[in-house]
Amino acid sequence: MGKVIVVTSGKGGVGKTTSSAALGAALAQGGEKVVVVDFDVGLRNLDLVMGAERRVVYDIVNVIQGDAKLTQALIRDKRLETLYLLPASQTRDKDHLTPEGVEKVIAALKKSFDWVICDSPAGIERGATLAMRHADVAIVVTNPEVSSVRDSDRIIGLLDSKTLKAEAGERMEKHLLLTRYDPARAARGDMLKVDDVLEILSIPLLGIIPESMDVLRASNVGAPVTIADGSSAPSRAYFDAARRLKGEELEVTVPGNEKRGFFGKIFGRKAA
Amino acid sequence: MNLFRIFSRPPSSAPAARERLQVLLAHERAVVGGDSDLVAKLRDEILRVIQKHMKIDQEKVSVTMERGDQMSTLAVDIEIPFKPGKKAA
Ligand SMILES: Nc1ncnc2c1ncn2[C@@H]1O[C@H](COP(=O)(O)OP(=O)(O)OP(=O)(O)O)[C@@H](O)[C@H]1O
Ligand SMILES: [Mg+2]
Repeated sequence: MGKVIVVTSGKGGVGKTTSSAALGAALAQGGEKVVVVDFDVGLRNLDLVMGAERRVVYDIVNVIQGDAKLTQALIRDKRLETLYLLPASQTRDKDHLTPEGVEKVIAALKKSFDWVICDSPAGIERGATLAMRHADVAIVVTNPEVSSVRDSDRIIGLLDSKTLKAEAGERMEKHLLLTRYDPARAARGDMLKVDDVLEILSIPLLGIIPESMDVLRASNVGAPVTIADGSSAPSRAYFDAARRLKGEELEVTVPGNEKRGFFGKIFGRKAA
Repeated sequence: MNLFRIFSRPPSSAPAARERLQVLLAHERAVVGGDSDLVAKLRDEILRVIQKHMKIDQEKVSVTMERGDQMSTLAVDIEIPFKPGKKAA
């Protein structure tokens, strides 16, 4: 049985879709069978970020309504054999996602994939609660900024009350993924510190993803950043986060604090 | 750290973004404008015609599409069972 992961945040635009694609591709590069599911019905974007937008045949609503089989709706990545996408519908709204339908889809996906990554829409309404409903593990995506931290706290509350795990009296495994972390602003003291966010939310840290042009570039060409440029700073951070998800214990490096190599020394403080 | 990233800029990615969006939006606008996605329409009608003549097992049908700017492709791959008993005498 595969593991179901929800990538959620409450606040919009913090990096859920970017992270879902990047982590999915990182896990798939390690040979794991991965499906990334877009729950943002009406405003799908995961297909664009993964570069599959021209190949969408059927979507999750078609599957739920019985117009297509799950296997027909899954799109296999052109670069990674074990990476699949289940697109959201673009033309219909969230009401077409029924709890029973979602349950069936997730149950079927769990049988044939090692990882089922659910990219949640923003907000705390139906779409977001359905995306988290069947999760075994939650990744709470947060930017080091007050409103994002507040919304994450709200989402953590929902994860601990509205999920199947919570209702069964079990503990939901939650991880914090701090994204769009800007080392320059951190050095100036204009950004919430990692420790502050951790203390406030008190869930373990999965990784810190630096703010980077590489993310923008990857989305322009339609590749998860961990495929577009595996050696870039955000990619390395995502690869490490994927290893932690698999249970490895790795120290988290704060972007800008890593030991600098030869060139880092020459170009000195510019990066810090 | 990669040398090339310091001394030369990677090729710009904005043109790729522009091109992808143009193709995608042309198709999506057609749908919103009521024209319905032609490729999707063909997909549904082809499947319906085939269903008139045989019972198709959804699991045995694979449909792929690729939307392009000049041309789109639609491939419908269906397993048609062969029944020797029905041979014309
Ligand atoms: N580490 C990063 N560095 C730079 N830009 C980033 C980074 N992470 C995400 N972005 C950019 O932020 C924007 C929002 O990202 P994304 O779509 O992943 O967020 P989201 O949480 O899925 O949004 P929504 O709530 O609308 O679904 C995108 O333009 C993306 O390219
Ligand atoms: Mg998103």
